[in-house]
Amino acid sequence: MTTAASELATYNFAYLDEQTKRMIRRAILKAIAIPGYQVPFASREMPMPYGWGTGGVQVTAAILGPEDVLKVIDQGADDTTNAVSIRAFFQKVANVAVTTRTRAATIIQTRHRIPEEKLTTGQTLVYQVPIPEPLRFLEPRETETRKMHALEEYGLMHVKLYEDIARNGHIATTYAYPVKVEGRYVMDPSPTPKFDNPKMHMSEALQLFGAGREKRIYAVPPHTEVVSLDFEDHPFEVQSFDKPCGLCGAENVYLDEVVLDDRGGRMFVCSDTDHCEDRRAHGHCGTMLAYGKEAAR
Amino acid sequence: MYVAVKGGEAAIANAHRLLADRRRGDRSLPSITIEQIVAQLGLAVDRVMAEASLYDRAIAALAIRQSCGDLIEAIFILRAYRTTLPRFGYSVPLETADMQVERRVSATYKDLPGGQLLGPTFDYTHRLLDPSLLHDAPVDEALQREGGQEPIMRVTDILADEDLMEDDGTLPEGHVPGDLTREPLEFPMARDLRLQALARGDEGFLLSLGYSTQRGYARSHPFVGEIRIGEVDVELDLPELGFAVSLGRIRITECQMINQFKGSAKSPPQFTRGYGLVFGQSERKAMAMSLVDRALRASEFDEDVVAPAQDEEFVISHSDNVQATGFVEHLKLPHYVDFQAELDLVRRMRREYEAGRGDKTDSDIPEAAE
Repeated sequence: MTTAASELATYNFAYLDEQTKRMIRRAILKAIAIPGYQVPFASREMPMPYGWGTGGVQVTAAILGPEDVLKVIDQGADDTTNAVSIRAFFQKVANVAVTTRTRAATIIQTRHRIPEEKLTTGQTLVYQVPIPEPLRFLEPRETETRKMHALEEYGLMHVKLYEDIARNGHIATTYAYPVKVEGRYVMDPSPTPKFDNPKMHMSEALQLFGAGREKRIYAVPPHTEVVSLDFEDHPFEVQSFDKPCGLCGAENVYLDEVVLDDRGGRMFVCSDTDHCEDRRAHGHCGTMLAYGKEAAR
Repeated sequence: MYVAVKGGEAAIANAHRLLADRRRGDRSLPSITIEQIVAQLGLAVDRVMAEASLYDRAIAALAIRQSCGDLIEAIFILRAYRTTLPRFGYSVPLETADMQVERRVSATYKDLPGGQLLGPTFDYTHRLLDPSLLHDAPVDEALQREGGQEPIMRVTDILADEDLMEDDGTLPEGHVPGDLTREPLEFPMARDLRLQALARGDEGFLLSLGYSTQRGYARSHPFVGEIRIGEVDVELDLPELGFAVSLGRIRITECQMINQFKGSAKSPPQFTRGYGLVFGQSERKAMAMSLVDRALRASEFDEDVVAPAQDEEFVISHSDNVQATGFVEHLKLPHYVDFQAELDLVRRMRREYEAGRGDKTDSDIPEAAE
């Protein structure tokens, strides 16, 4: 038992063994070479559950070097429990520098959001993906959907969007809104709100997507066309909010709704916590800031 | 009541501390030892080893203790450890005909070479609570059979002699058995990979699917040709030596299910096989596995695929309980960004709905009253 216990205590840099990292890097390179194409890879069991970001964690582990600065967000925030947990994991197994500042990070692992601040050359955004297949809810079989991608047979997706319009007058997909990459593959942007879709288009940063349970990696290289599917007479639109952020007064950012009391009181605040803090540090002030400070006390 | 509170880190640390406290429980009681779990909860250890695909009693027992007895959690802990272990080779196929048999039963023959051996089974116990187990009452030693064991031939070989049983089958020249822990799954799968997936599949899931085949969803008229439980040697070919050497022995359960087959254009009428092989003593799992294995071979026999148990993508994609529990339980992680998007949409659709209804109210309501 003691030998087993002592073996348990030693892991390679960034947890995965080098052979596994090479396998994942090969998949990543292939994914970059074919933007939007889902590359199967031999996903490993990770020490956190499937659904907690095992795909993103494997991608990050495979590309992470000792010089990197890592930021981890979940729902846009650095302080959600799972972001804290993944950040702590890499601090522990890779002893890597971490940050909450979008600007300072070389690798940003994310679940459900793209940071508000424009990403730049040299940065890599790693998405955690639950269901990589954009056609999955229209066709449950992998053998079929792979064929549909191969034949560029995306009519079913357009029919779905059209049916939305026929039924509701508008497209009723609000997150994981399908995009077409470089005019070829239809891709699932992961369950980010469609608000974030335009940020993927022609991004200077490398975008990598990891789906651990489904064993797929895909990528959008820098300066790649990413177009949200729509119709000429029903163009793609992002969500807009009536009020600015209650804390920093930011407009045109994605907001979280916070329930204040049981009498219908609500406030809207930036989902991207780093962006919000940065603005407040620069003197921007929302109408609810005083309230927030008081409540925090 | 304020989003930017930095609580995550402290909350996680405190939660882990509370969990450790609950795991230990009442400090006035002695802590349960790994040896006790191995010795007295052996079947739980077997299940964890089987579904984690790692044969090590002590480490499996550690995982059971660490998970407070939540077996799927224990399987998960063991899998995450297994995946970091280096691969130094692949063993030669186990020879189950040479098994040191402790239990062997056949439902197809009253008596047969090697005989029927009941072994340690619950089968004929009456499920009455046993008050003697409330205390540490003395337990008699088991009886030992005199003399050595005669070779116990496989029941399927008896039928094969008459050509009434399909062959074991041959793999194409140069076929290297797949390894689903090292290669991504692709459908359709070869049977070797499918059996690997079933061997680590969730016992409950396979049990229910196997059961469904008995109730008419892909009925295959199964008979238990044989179940055997016992120890076999694991051997590894060493290129330097030119022959295989034994690495040790493992305890396994093997089930050969015999199923009816009416014959097709390609094959004469004969019995077909469903196969189950599981680490440790786990008859329920081995039997369920062999039913599902047979159901999944439908296309080999030109049978119509009409039931869930015959659908390879459905069965194999959902049989892994570590994957399943992860994805089901991840729903408790924050989803408020997506929920916000949906909330916004529902509010908008609600406004449109009410605006639409407002127009109609005047004319519609009197009509409804008529």
